[in-house]
Amino acid sequence: MNFNTRDIDFDFVKHRKKFFMFSLILFVLGAIVLGVFGLNLGIDFSSGTRVDVQAGQSLTVEEVNNEFEELGLDPEEVTLAGDNNEIGVARFIGVLSKDEIAEVKSYFNEKYGSEPNISTVSPQVGKELAKNAFIAVVIASIGIIIYVAIRFEWLQGLAAIVALFHDAFLIIAVFSILQLEVNITFIAAVLTIVGYSINDTIVTFDRIRENMKFEKKVKTFEDIARIVNASLVQTLARSINTVLTVIFAAAALMIFGGEAIRTFSIALLIGLVAGTYSSLFIASQLWAVWKGKQLEKKRFKPAENEG
Amino acid sequence: MVKKGRIVTFFIIVIALASLIAFTIKDITSDIKLGLDLQGGFEVLYDVEPAQEGQEINKELLNSTVSALYERINVLGVSEPSVTIEGNDRIRVQLAGVKDQNQARDILSTQAELSFRTTDDKKQMDGTDLKEGASKVVFEKNQPVVQVTLKHPEEFANITRKIKDMPFPENRLVIWLDYEKGDSYKEELKKPEGERKFISDPQVTQVLSQNQVIITGPPFKVEEAQNLADLLNAGSLPVKLKEIYSTSVGAQFGEQALDKTVVAGYIGIGLIFLFMMLYYRFPGVIAVITLSVYIYLILLVFDWMNAVLTLPGIAALVLGVGMAVDANIITYERIKEEIRTGKSMLSAFKAGSRRSFATILDANITTVIAGGVLFIYGTSAVKGFAVMLITSILVSFITAVWGSRLLLGLWVKSRALNKKPGYFGVKESEIDEL
Repeated sequence: MNFNTRDIDFDFVKHRKKFFMFSLILFVLGAIVLGVFGLNLGIDFSSGTRVDVQAGQSLTVEEVNNEFEELGLDPEEVTLAGDNNEIGVARFIGVLSKDEIAEVKSYFNEKYGSEPNISTVSPQVGKELAKNAFIAVVIASIGIIIYVAIRFEWLQGLAAIVALFHDAFLIIAVFSILQLEVNITFIAAVLTIVGYSINDTIVTFDRIRENMKFEKKVKTFEDIARIVNASLVQTLARSINTVLTVIFAAAALMIFGGEAIRTFSIALLIGLVAGTYSSLFIASQLWAVWKGKQLEKKRFKPAENEG
Repeated sequence: MVKKGRIVTFFIIVIALASLIAFTIKDITSDIKLGLDLQGGFEVLYDVEPAQEGQEINKELLNSTVSALYERINVLGVSEPSVTIEGNDRIRVQLAGVKDQNQARDILSTQAELSFRTTDDKKQMDGTDLKEGASKVVFEKNQPVVQVTLKHPEEFANITRKIKDMPFPENRLVIWLDYEKGDSYKEELKKPEGERKFISDPQVTQVLSQNQVIITGPPFKVEEAQNLADLLNAGSLPVKLKEIYSTSVGAQFGEQALDKTVVAGYIGIGLIFLFMMLYYRFPGVIAVITLSVYIYLILLVFDWMNAVLTLPGIAALVLGVGMAVDANIITYERIKEEIRTGKSMLSAFKAGSRRSFATILDANITTVIAGGVLFIYGTSAVKGFAVMLITSILVSFITAVWGSRLLLGLWVKSRALNKKPGYFGVKESEIDEL
């Protein structure tokens, strides 16, 4: 189970238009799906009440509905979760009062011997959470661009950020297609992928930076393309092995980690695949195109650059 | 010639580390505080509203509210409470491992402003007239009642004298908890007993000049009486608290989440170890050693920081293992490349380590930037994740870069690996002739 990366004869840059096209199609499809189906927002991002009841035995939606009726409550929606449908999840539009929560807790605790989970979110807080998460990503992006601009060059920073949003968007689109619930841990997962995606892209850029130093003259797009290709091939083993190990961890969390962490690990898995794809096929190629244009400008306007 | 000394040093280090881990890991893991998602508990975000008209919500008021809340939590006996101010007018309370969540919630948000009023709702005395910390439950005719101690008994004598002289049925002293503007004793009287908002309304037939007053209540249950006494001792809240976000996790849910995530963590880490040893051979074994040390150190640092381990935190830890593995992979791939160019084992090791350093540094710093932003902007759960992520990266830097280099270096410098590229997963045929 070993491969020598020097034997790989694949031109990553030549096929760039196909990769760009592929991502563009995914992007458009994702946008359409998102527009049509929207996201299945958990109460963290909308408002209302969510009650998780653990029965220790298989439940049916009807049973759960009946239990709540006993309490004089009318859930908006009841779904089942857990390996044997032993968890009932009820969502209410309004925010249950403190007294109602106390009543629900003691009722189910007596009935099933397990205290239910109850979350309530007022509309104002839900909006703030989503807004803060978005602001956090934007600020993180700016910070990363600045750092990359100092250590590398700003065009690479820009390409890394495009790859980052590419990955984040794909996670959101897949969650829209599968209608998985988006909750606060989803945000944590997207932000992890943001960190991972950057990490992955930087390693390739680092190799490009190093290979650029060995080149005597880099003048045309062809020069750039050759360097990018060599760098991608050289870092290929690392890119694949690293993502494999992280996928082991994420898959173990998804399969064995239980309900509470499932959303997180699914989002992580999607993001890891997207992140690897964008680092191998999008980020460096984008940079190559931009850098090529920059070089072209330089060649035709030498006076301006010197002055 | 093989220098055996270095190999002996290697084994001494490994055995020392293994025994250190084996002897201390139990204490460390049992010391780590678990978040409410892993042991049950609840979290409430309160909007702070003025208790009186014209009251301004400022830092000072928020701080005194926070200390009042801590006083109350002490009553509950929760070991690791967290009460934090958020923004300009919010307070977040996190209580992990609290036994009776319903009681805790009640005790937290009750304003606990005791007042003594006449039947036409005019205030005569309030909580500030009570001696602090002197309220307690006593039994009167086998019935639990709350005894409070007054600061100025002479004032109480004046009030009772005034009320005693009022015509029946107005000669009553009405005791309220959290009287709100618009509440009326006469309105409450129309409600059936048990739904009335005031606590009690004893008839006053003589001047009372003692400094101890008994609140008999609408027969209290023992715990109700205890709660009231505790609340009065903890002092009233200077503001009103409105719940705007709350989440509570049942203890069973929490335990299950912990067990399952730990099992998943073991499996994930086991798979990573297996992969590293199969793919990278000898350096892979070194990676497994440094990764074990990494996990140990993370738990140790977490314990020292007194940080609270949450579900996303465990996820970040497992992900951190991935990051630490990445640092190893980058180094080993680099060394393999150098071996393939025909360099000697020692110079391949040196060049590979040196060249991979900048890569690992840049990749880690960008992730730390992302983690830092998460820490600043994230709320509770996301914050826990960010703390774990940043700690992981820093520790992984020490173990995966410095630790791996030290351990692998001992072997390389011992010359035991010379001319054995297979130990690094490199075939003889792949090596360029010099």
